Amino acid sequence: MERPAVKDNHMEQQGNRARKVVKPHVVEEWVGKVYTAICILVLVVTIGAIVYFVSSRGLTTFIKDGVSLSGLLGGLKWDPEADIPLYGALPFIFGSFSTSLLAALIAAPLGVCAAVFMTQIMPGIGKRILQPVIELLAGIPSVVFGFVGLSVIVPALRSIFPGQGIGIAAGAIVLSLMILPTITTIATDALAGLSAGLKEGSYALGATRWQTIYRIVIPTTLPALLTGVVLGMSRAFGEALAVQMVIGNSPHIPHSLFESASTLTSVITLDMGNTVMGSAHNNALWSLALILLAMTFVFVFVVRFLERRKNR
Amino acid sequence: METQSLTAKNIHVHYGEKEAIKGVSLDFAPREVTALIGPSGCGKSTFLRSLNRMNDTIDNARVTGEIWIDGENINEPGVDVVLLRQKIGMVWQRPNPFHKSIYENIAFGPRYHGIKNKKQLDHIVEDCLRKAALWDETKDRLHNSALALSGGQQQRLCIARSIAVKPKVILMDEPASALDPVSTAKVEELISELKQDYTIVIVTHNMHQAARVSDKTAFFYMGKVVEYDRTEKIFTNPSEKATDDYISGRFG
Ligand SMILES: Nc1ncnc2c1ncn2[C@@H]1O[C@H](COP(=O)(O)OP(=O)(O)OP(=O)(O)O)[C@@H](O)[C@H]1O
Ligand SMILES: [Mg+2]
Repeated sequence: MERPAVKDNHMEQQGNRARKVVKPHVVEEWVGKVYTAICILVLVVTIGAIVYFVSSRGLTTFIKDGVSLSGLLGGLKWDPEADIPLYGALPFIFGSFSTSLLAALIAAPLGVCAAVFMTQIMPGIGKRILQPVIELLAGIPSVVFGFVGLSVIVPALRSIFPGQGIGIAAGAIVLSLMILPTITTIATDALAGLSAGLKEGSYALGATRWQTIYRIVIPTTLPALLTGVVLGMSRAFGEALAVQMVIGNSPHIPHSLFESASTLTSVITLDMGNTVMGSAHNNALWSLALILLAMTFVFVFVVRFLERRKNR
Repeated sequence: METQSLTAKNIHVHYGEKEAIKGVSLDFAPREVTALIGPSGCGKSTFLRSLNRMNDTIDNARVTGEIWIDGENINEPGVDVVLLRQKIGMVWQRPNPFHKSIYENIAFGPRYHGIKNKKQLDHIVEDCLRKAALWDETKDRLHNSALALSGGQQQRLCIARSIAVKPKVILMDEPASALDPVSTAKVEELISELKQDYTIVIVTHNMHQAARVSDKTAFFYMGKVVEYDRTEKIFTNPSEKATDDYISGRFG
């Protein structure tokens, strides 16, 4: 079919060229797509591999070594090298939960108050001095926290409370320092992002600054603040080194906060080197790792849920 | 002479070094609507915000001059801004309902001012929503989130919220410019209703709106009031050439 020559000349020329040379923007588009696809693939494969590896090892305990799930989760005695090995992980689960919960309880009010101060009360000083200090806190390696805990917090606790000073309390305090930057940073972002109109609306009704902060600012940003706390908790839950240095590492549920205890992570790092790959003891440690992984998923879901509420 | 419900005398506002309002004196009569008009950036919002000391919340803003309400100069350091803002309410261009229920949005202000009784609060909520012509639309969902309302409904809720603390004066900064024509008409109607009980100062870029709702009009230009007169006069026979140019769209 003949087309009107003049009108389509331009388009035809372009079409001809396209057949010979691929246009640059098409190439760019493809390079971008392929590159991002590769990145995603690497990520997904890595995560998938980790989940698979941990699960397959962790589940061996139940399948091959004949330990029951309730025995692991509910058992009070951990003695894998005994003649009749015992795999009760409850003391570790208890240790992990109590240290990270306590850490969040200590760090959440501090972090949120610091964020309120930095964004609502003294934004100038907050931005210039406090924020860098808190970012610095986030960059300190965990072994340093552990060391400070061991040489400052543990002796202090020992002199005030009965016991050795090591234990859940010391672990929680060290962890609270470590997660403080997470909570503060997320809270600061949330508070700074609050629209000025809401605060003005409250002031215009005759509210004072404090009333505005605790009746409008905090409730409106609560989901975001909680997201920070949960992320902080999940960091505390996964931290091994610093806790291990101050908690004492005895496999029992302690009778007080100042008695030696253990967490899931500390027992894994302590025992992993002393076991043979594929042995029942080694597999049991993988089961503990599986519990950690499951908890991570729980934390992620909680955060997701909170994010959804935030965007409501 | 009629007593004025709000009087601004020789107001100057500085943002840092920059002078945004250069000596403005205006009287606002009770139960009248005064429109502030003028080109963008001439200082209408700045002036409006100094009337209820809202510029206090901006760090580098400095307001001098006198603002008289109830025989008291409220532009003095010792004045209780909480009581003052109860007397002078404010509504913004973008509706800013709190992230709470419709009921809580209205009950919020009265709670601040010490009303805790549930019955009394119920009564205030219903009353304010009726006055804002929002009762019929919301009476079945008072405890749902205010954010689920339409933009126009949210704005009327913000107006209802501001009258819940029983102010004498309501300041409105372009209250209808983010709304559709139907909601705009509703808000304008509401302003005409509210005028029976309140003194209203409204900033608007819409000349027709100023002509429709206001009794008096002040024309602002470069931080000063060029002309202040009855609205009919301003729109039919202004004394200043600049006013005439502005309202007939021959400006700039
Ligand atoms: N927070 C602030 N800091 C510094 N300067 C400001 C601030 N707010 C306003 N200004 C300046 O003051 C002048 C008056 O601003 P204002 O917002 O009062 O104008 P407006 O008449 O309300 O304009 P529009 O019609 O666009 O709303 C402008 O030049 C503006 O740049
Ligand atoms: Mg303005």
